[in-house]
Amino acid sequence: MADAIKVPTMAEYMAQGKKPEVLFWVGCAGSFDDRAKRITKAFVKLLHEAKVDFAVLGTEESCTGDPAKRAGNEFLFQMQAATNIEVLNGYEIKKVVTACPHCFNTLKNEYPALGGDYEVIHHTTFLKSLLEEGRLKVEGGKFKGKRITFHDPCYLGRANNVYEAPRDLLRKLEVELIEMRKCKKNGLCCGAGGGQMFKEPEPGNKDVNIERTEQAMEVKPDIIAAGCPFCNTMMTDGVKNKNQEGNIEVMDVAEMIANAHDL
Amino acid sequence: MQLIAQIAFLVVLVAGIAFFTKNIRRVIRNVKLGKKIDRTDKPGERFAKMARVALGQSKMVKKPFSGFLHIIVYLGFIIINIEVLEIIIDGVFGTHRILAFLGSGYNFLIGTFEILAFLVFVGVVIFWLRRNVTNIYRFLGNELKGWPKNDANYILYFEMVLMILFITMNAADLQLQLNGVYHYAQESGVIMGSFPISQFLSPLFEGLSESTLIIIERTAWWLHIIGILLFLNYLYYSKHLHILLAFPNVYLSKLTVQGKFDNLEAVTNEVKLMMDPDADPYAMPEEGAEEEVPEKFGASDVMDLNQVQLLNAYTCTECGRCTAECPANQTGKKLSPRKIMMDTRDRLEEVGNIINKKGSFEDDGKQLLDNYILREELWACTTCNACVEACPIGIDPLSIILDMRRYLVMEQSAAPSDLANAMTNIENNGAPWPYNQMDRLNWANEK
Ligand code: SF4
Ligand code: SF4
Repeated sequence: MADAIKVPTMAEYMAQGKKPEVLFWVGCAGSFDDRAKRITKAFVKLLHEAKVDFAVLGTEESCTGDPAKRAGNEFLFQMQAATNIEVLNGYEIKKVVTACPHCFNTLKNEYPALGGDYEVIHHTTFLKSLLEEGRLKVEGGKFKGKRITFHDPCYLGRANNVYEAPRDLLRKLEVELIEMRKCKKNGLCCGAGGGQMFKEPEPGNKDVNIERTEQAMEVKPDIIAAGCPFCNTMMTDGVKNKNQEGNIEVMDVAEMIANAHDL
Repeated sequence: MQLIAQIAFLVVLVAGIAFFTKNIRRVIRNVKLGKKIDRTDKPGERFAKMARVALGQSKMVKKPFSGFLHIIVYLGFIIINIEVLEIIIDGVFGTHRILAFLGSGYNFLIGTFEILAFLVFVGVVIFWLRRNVTNIYRFLGNELKGWPKNDANYILYFEMVLMILFITMNAADLQLQLNGVYHYAQESGVIMGSFPISQFLSPLFEGLSESTLIIIERTAWWLHIIGILLFLNYLYYSKHLHILLAFPNVYLSKLTVQGKFDNLEAVTNEVKLMMDPDADPYAMPEEGAEEEVPEKFGASDVMDLNQVQLLNAYTCTECGRCTAECPANQTGKKLSPRKIMMDTRDRLEEVGNIINKKGSFEDDGKQLLDNYILREELWACTTCNACVEACPIGIDPLSIILDMRRYLVMEQSAAPSDLANAMTNIENNGAPWPYNQMDRLNWANEK
């Protein structure tokens, strides 16, 4: 468990004259944020387990520009996009998987018009297809029967209509899936989107993540499942703020599957 | 006497329609102050969406109770308007119940109108109670204080009065027919129309003289049609404009997934130039080429928004479904997507009034940003799209918020400092945090 995991880069693949089945777009949070790095590693372990031939860009990857765009800095966004597209097209990338809904949305929806046209898949959808192809086994293990509620990331759910893939995976874990009052199309934001992650909230009477955590607590979950590194941070902070760390865990769906496998 | 009535009716009718046309032209002119945007693609899909969302009210019923009531009022409104057709013909030609030759079909129609009128009345009373007696979050917003609240109530009163007049008119008419009064009753004595609701009222009129009855019937008839014309002309000043604009508005709404934001083309061109090693940044514009005015990025006033966004503003019915779903609003921030739409409309009206007075727009020292929409509101948005999803008539408040942020950031460099830092980090090291891009793969070697 303690060994460093093998993560091939596109540059290495190129040097060997090979092309991977899929590019894993790690994203800024997945690369640098301590909590999100655990999600990245869990997902990589699953990729290995399913014998997926994948690579990452490593140091050639750069922010997709999502926070800049939503903050209004279209210029910086398009600069980032142009740089990334040059790299991706240089490697003739066709298929991209990412564990960040913000990267997912931007790469999938906003890059094509700028010259970057790829098949972009969120990691929950990708894991689900591995499962269907029989390449990955998902079993309940330690999560069997636990009360789990899934928090829909705005940029996965409402923004791109992906609601069922993460839930299907959770069902495979044989958990007791309970929905919050506000879920799917009507899900409440965690408070991180649109650049909020990187600024102080405007004056108000509560933080958005606290409101969302309270909604989650209404259904008394053992675990709040997430599918986004930013939601994960926001909900983790919310749970801490409510002094519930002992009772409620916040986990990415990929982490749960890896955990169930004891990876 | 009859002829005078007919002429008077024609005058009222023509005046009502002329004034209405003038107002609608004003709406169109003001919307055209916005930038052009092409939403002519996929007409089939657009029609289908319009049929589903505007005509079929598919999003209204997401809130089942108010959605159901709204459908009754909406259906009632549309169907009862068939009766207006007969009223207009009778008014112009001095006839009485001209369509009665339809026989049992006519009876069925009038009967249906009556029942609908009654249901509309009940629905509108419940709407009034919801607005004025109960505490419903979306009806308590600050932006509803004053005129918007009155406007909402005026609409409800209007509808109540119109329905009462319609039923009163029918009740008196029924009594006149029963009394065999000339012009009202048929020689055969057969009653024209069926009156499932007003039959309960007409006994009140039983003892009245013929002339009193005629006065009651005529008064109700006249007030009813004048009321309808007034209501038609009230629309322009009211959130009730949605009954017309909801249709084009939904037709022109964004069809792509909600997460896809538009890429600014002007920026794309500049970025291309910067990235292209062959481009000569000092190249002189070609001889005779028009000096290009550098495009303003984003929006600080209504003219910087696009035409669909301005149409959105006129269409907004101030229901607050967007605001009730907004995470920022729910947690006490100043941002309310409904207010964004109302401010845009108010400012657009202000600009329109300047044009009415002076012939063209002259700077009045005001703009949408700061004078109407505050920066604090704009920066509270999480771009979560909950408002867009909630709007029953395809309005996109988020697109206006984004365009105004673009102005703040690209024209004014006025992002909140933490956010500005994050953007500097992205620019310098490819991540919103101050980590070196060369360390991007370090996680793979960490235990
Ligand atoms: S997109 Fe912005 S304005 Fe709309 S609901 Fe979300 S936070 Fe509120
Ligand atoms: S934008 Fe839509 S949801 Fe919001 S108040 Fe206007 S009509 Fe209602």
